[in-house]
Amino acid sequence: MIQVNDLTGGYSGGEVLKRISFEVAKGELFGILGPNGSGKTTLLKMISGALHINSGSIMVDNRLLSNYSPKELARLMAVLPQHAEQAFPYTVKETVSLGRYAHQKGWFNSWRNEDEQIVEKVMEQTGITHLQEKSIVELSGGEKQRVFLAQALAQQPKILLLDEPTNHLDLSFQKELLDLLKKWTAEEQLTVVSIFHDLNLASLYCDRLLLMENGEILIVDNPVEVLKEERIKKVYKTEVKNHPHPEIAKPQLLLVPESGSGENHAVKIDVKLLDIGNDRIVLKSPIPLRTMSSGITGAGIGWHSSFVHRIVAAEYDCSDHKAEMAEYLLGNGFLPSETVGMMTAVPAETAAYRLFEDGEFSIFVIVSAGNTHRDRPRNINTWLFINGRISEEAFIQSAMTAAEAKISVLQELDGVSPGATPDSTGISTDSICIAATQQGELISYAGTATPLGKLISEGIYNCTKEAILKYRATQSSFKSR
Amino acid sequence: MQKPFIRTFLNKKGLAYLLAAAFLVISMLLGISIGTVSIPVPAIVEIIGAEIFRFQGQGIDPMHTSIVMDIRLPRVLLAGFVGASLAIAGAAFQGMLRNPLADPYTLGISSGASIGAVITLFFGISLPFVGSFTLPVLSILFAFATVLFVLFFARQVDRLLRVETIILTGIILSSFLGAFISLMIALSGEELRQIIGWLLGSVSMRGWEYIKIILPFFIIGLVTLLANTRELNAMSFGEERAQHLGVNVEKRKLLILLSGSLLTGSAVAVSGTIGFVGLVIPHLVRTIWGPDHRHLLPLSVLLGSGFLILADLVSRTVIAPAELPIGVITALIGAPVFAVILMRNRKERSAG
Repeated sequence: MIQVNDLTGGYSGGEVLKRISFEVAKGELFGILGPNGSGKTTLLKMISGALHINSGSIMVDNRLLSNYSPKELARLMAVLPQHAEQAFPYTVKETVSLGRYAHQKGWFNSWRNEDEQIVEKVMEQTGITHLQEKSIVELSGGEKQRVFLAQALAQQPKILLLDEPTNHLDLSFQKELLDLLKKWTAEEQLTVVSIFHDLNLASLYCDRLLLMENGEILIVDNPVEVLKEERIKKVYKTEVKNHPHPEIAKPQLLLVPESGSGENHAVKIDVKLLDIGNDRIVLKSPIPLRTMSSGITGAGIGWHSSFVHRIVAAEYDCSDHKAEMAEYLLGNGFLPSETVGMMTAVPAETAAYRLFEDGEFSIFVIVSAGNTHRDRPRNINTWLFINGRISEEAFIQSAMTAAEAKISVLQELDGVSPGATPDSTGISTDSICIAATQQGELISYAGTATPLGKLISEGIYNCTKEAILKYRATQSSFKSR
Repeated sequence: MQKPFIRTFLNKKGLAYLLAAAFLVISMLLGISIGTVSIPVPAIVEIIGAEIFRFQGQGIDPMHTSIVMDIRLPRVLLAGFVGASLAIAGAAFQGMLRNPLADPYTLGISSGASIGAVITLFFGISLPFVGSFTLPVLSILFAFATVLFVLFFARQVDRLLRVETIILTGIILSSFLGAFISLMIALSGEELRQIIGWLLGSVSMRGWEYIKIILPFFIIGLVTLLANTRELNAMSFGEERAQHLGVNVEKRKLLILLSGSLLTGSAVAVSGTIGFVGLVIPHLVRTIWGPDHRHLLPLSVLLGSGFLILADLVSRTVIAPAELPIGVITALIGAPVFAVILMRNRKERSAG
């Protein structure tokens, strides 16, 4: 639909764009990204015909841009400006009606029924019908943006150029607008070229992205390719973290504030923070810890500062144990959103915990082991606190390393083979929580052969063994009594 | 769908045109009727009717006929054309320059026309062929030359010919030409009164000849501007926006500038510099009936002509038999009216 070929140019007195070439296909939602001053708006203005081209060419619908008359171009392509001046208080409807200018014929441009219908329709689509008699100077920024969108749509274009369309819009209308654009590209083969400041929105909605820097194209590709953490860091000269969207397969970039992690007072998780009561074991961290857990509350990946191991009666049975657990936590002064919670029927005093250190980093392990008998569901809960900054792969490797250590304890004590546990659901199963302070030097790996992995193996092995033996001791003393 | 649309159209715009037209007709009748010899309205109708349809009216006083046809009607018509020219040009410039405070004089057009007139008076020039029309002809030529110079200069400074550049250039040139006028006034002897009188503006003792001068320019300018009302609507959202909406901005801008200058230049040429009409009338119309140029321009024509006819009536009756310069009257009425409009608009805005 649009072919830009070797485009060079800019405002008089300087070349903003240098040898730009790319194509936009029909029905595509195409995003233009780049830091301030990289030439995004200049590029869009050139495609819209508002700026002259020094050299190179722009083809729109297989015809040179310069061969279109303004009216012809306006019937093919509409532009939603970043700012629109309003010197006079036109009504909303008058403003939207101007969008029909290019479609009207004759000297005095008669207003036809068709024009009226289209204006009604686009006001409906943009949700401004109720404002139509209002003056545009009275509108809020978001309402104005919608009025000018309606004006652009009234042109019935095949191509829509947008300069930061989500500016001034609140969250729900941002989404609504982009959903609408996406729908139109799919259903009506509308081609959309838009400048985005919000990389994440661009990632979610665009088919392809163009990343600019200093008037040159760095890359034109799909969002996953363009929004590589390293590339964005370099181009935008800022600290970002790439994190995939939880629901759809699109990258999302998160800003990392400069003084966010509280580097200056180092936190060490150890026995001082542990509180073992009758019905629960609690560890409260002064800072939120990066966690990966399979508990009842706070499962998955997140940030948590309270860790609660709740002891329930062996016959505990509840259909909705998650809600019941949340209630319990709230009742005991823990915010479920900040808490990793687990449940067990194993007495608190049989839990084994210890700090293991290896030079720069240390780990604190707590294991509560219940039934390890081969015929019944196992119930070993493991907490692994790592005093250090570890990568995501290290989290996963830590879980693997811990599991291996646990299995070797079980094999040593009972000869249980790893696959022999019976089916089980709910709470009667092993859980693990790995929590890291994310302070200090980055530790990338935690496989069994790495220093951290070795420490984890040692810690889990010792604590698990101790916990199982303690539990068995209480069981046998109970029986012998 | 169609019916309520027509009804609202009649209610709002139809009524607006009806009121404005009535205002113009009443102003004209008053202008012709009132004077040292007062002529009753039915007589005016009869006289004009007789003149148009070439029939010999019964009982028409020949003196009345002479007063109406030779003195008052041409005067009223001239005042009407001047008022209409200034008002529509003002409305068009305000829309195009996106500045509600712009008026036909902002671009230096009136200064240019004045220079032409003052030179004629100062040097007592009389061009061959045009004779007694040397002054209007020269001042139209100077007005046009000024606009062309402003455009040329602005284009040299800024290739995109942005509105701000045009306004600034106009203002600079206005002051420069104003200095020349002052210089000639300072150096003038017996022409002083003539020059000052012309500068303050008047439509008296011009006769039908002057109407013949202004009419062709008025018609060309009027038709061109009325054919560009939608473009003016688009341009008042900014030139880039207008282009995206499909307006050929460069061409239309030139067209509007030239026809606006034509209107202003010819108005200044026949009547001298009459201020405030081009500023106040469009403002008033916009305040009452909204900014849509499709209606703003024709309504400004009707109100502007009516207003200047009334102003002329006041100027010649207040201290009769002597006459005040009409520019004094328009300023005396126009400035307070403008102040009131401005205050009301501000209040509305801060209240909303």
